[in-house]
Amino acid sequence: MDWVNAIVQGTLLGGLYALFAAGLSLIFGVMRLVNIAHGDLIVLGAYLGLTVVMATGLHPLLALVFVVPTMAAIGYVLQRGILNKTLGDDILPPLLVTFGLSVILQNLFLEGYTADPQKMNAGVLETASVSVGGLSLGVLPLLTFAIAVAVIAGLQFIFYRTPLGRSFRAVSDNQEIAQLMGLNKRHIFGLAMALALAVTAIAGILLGIRTSFDPTAGGARLIYGFEAVIIGGLGNLWGTLIGGVILGVAQTVGAKIDPGWQLLAGHIAFLVVLAIRPNGLFPRVSG
Amino acid sequence: MPEPILSLNRLEAHYGDFQALYGVDLEMHEGEVLAIIGANGAGKTTLLRSVSGLMSNAAAQVVYCGTPIGALRADEIAALGIALVPEGRQLFPSLSVEENLLIGGRLNREGPWSLSAVFELFPVLKERRAYPSTALSGGQQQMVAIGRALMSNPDLILFDEISLGLAPVIIKSIYDALPGIVGDGMSAVIVEQDISKALSVSDRVYCLMEGRVSLEGPSANISREAISRAYFGVA
Repeated sequence: MDWVNAIVQGTLLGGLYALFAAGLSLIFGVMRLVNIAHGDLIVLGAYLGLTVVMATGLHPLLALVFVVPTMAAIGYVLQRGILNKTLGDDILPPLLVTFGLSVILQNLFLEGYTADPQKMNAGVLETASVSVGGLSLGVLPLLTFAIAVAVIAGLQFIFYRTPLGRSFRAVSDNQEIAQLMGLNKRHIFGLAMALALAVTAIAGILLGIRTSFDPTAGGARLIYGFEAVIIGGLGNLWGTLIGGVILGVAQTVGAKIDPGWQLLAGHIAFLVVLAIRPNGLFPRVSG
Repeated sequence: MPEPILSLNRLEAHYGDFQALYGVDLEMHEGEVLAIIGANGAGKTTLLRSVSGLMSNAAAQVVYCGTPIGALRADEIAALGIALVPEGRQLFPSLSVEENLLIGGRLNREGPWSLSAVFELFPVLKERRAYPSTALSGGQQQMVAIGRALMSNPDLILFDEISLGLAPVIIKSIYDALPGIVGDGMSAVIVEQDISKALSVSDRVYCLMEGRVSLEGPSANISREAISRAYFGVA
């Protein structure tokens, strides 16, 4: 039963990792931008949530009402103001600029919130649990997983069922021809980044409720997000969810074998997938 | 004489250090079908790229309905009513046939063209509307590319080598559809390697040679000798 428990808990943890990864996957899919600052943007979402909670006394989940639009606006401005200028035939400038952004964000966190670990208090939600078939499942992990599934389904819907998603795919396919359709790619990229950071805001708040975070917490989240994206296969949103679950299960099973193995087991699972299926488990079927 | 729908004034275009167009002058009026012929590398595609905004020029070098558009972006020019059917079709592979057409219509310009009108022009596309665009034959892909451009209800449509790489029977069926497209007053520029095809569908013809206009005149009564002189630069 302990093993079943480890697998179930790992699956639920995978939901959080999928949320870390979804924004990353979306950005790469639409504009081939590898965002090194993604982990720090997740932490930015957590800090913004913390600020709203402290200022208003709202429940952290209600803080989403403020944090999601704020992050979306930051995303649009960031893309139009800075990142669009780095995109071109050379893949190096966006890497360097987002790396620099990562450093800047971490220092801003340090200035604004000190190096002390912070956490959002979600009250009884943090400890509430339900018993299912002899397993005790936390309500927060269950809720996180449900939100992850809903977010992925929502993104999938936007991508494949709406005019905006059609525009995302067209610009991703061929930027030049997409312009001929009257699409301003700078604006489309801005909208994609806004959407990605809206998802990142959700990930950040859930992170900040689940664990404590500090100004340097972004790096590990970036790695988890990357691993989930790569395991699942680039450009496949449901694959990203499965990638997150595989990473989560590997970590909890690893921790079950030996508590010191938690992170290592996740990375090993990633390397094994990469060695066997370099394109990930479910790469987008190229059209 | 009414204002020309399109005029090029000493149009120059460069790819880095390489100059592709050397002061091209061109004028066309509403409802006209213009053919542009010339050997490979004469600058035909470059000319269309400049008009559609894929290449940036000095503003006054390209004037559309009295507005200098040479320096505008491609999406701004598309919104003004110029559509390009690009060389090599260039459909969006991750979009279905219908989605390729719909994205062509996202500008919502008023006019006769809609999804159903395109399906009426090319009935085979209606059958295959849900297919990925990559699953179609070359000729069907060309129909999608033309339909996609029509969906924006352009006032001026630019065709770049629409017969390239297609079987003669397919080329014929596509050219047979052309009068139905340009018949109701739409202006068109047709870039074509096949000179007799180009002459048969156009009102006037421009011949480019090494980035310059080497011949210009009505398609109906232009002599073969004049064309081959303008095409190859030999008497």
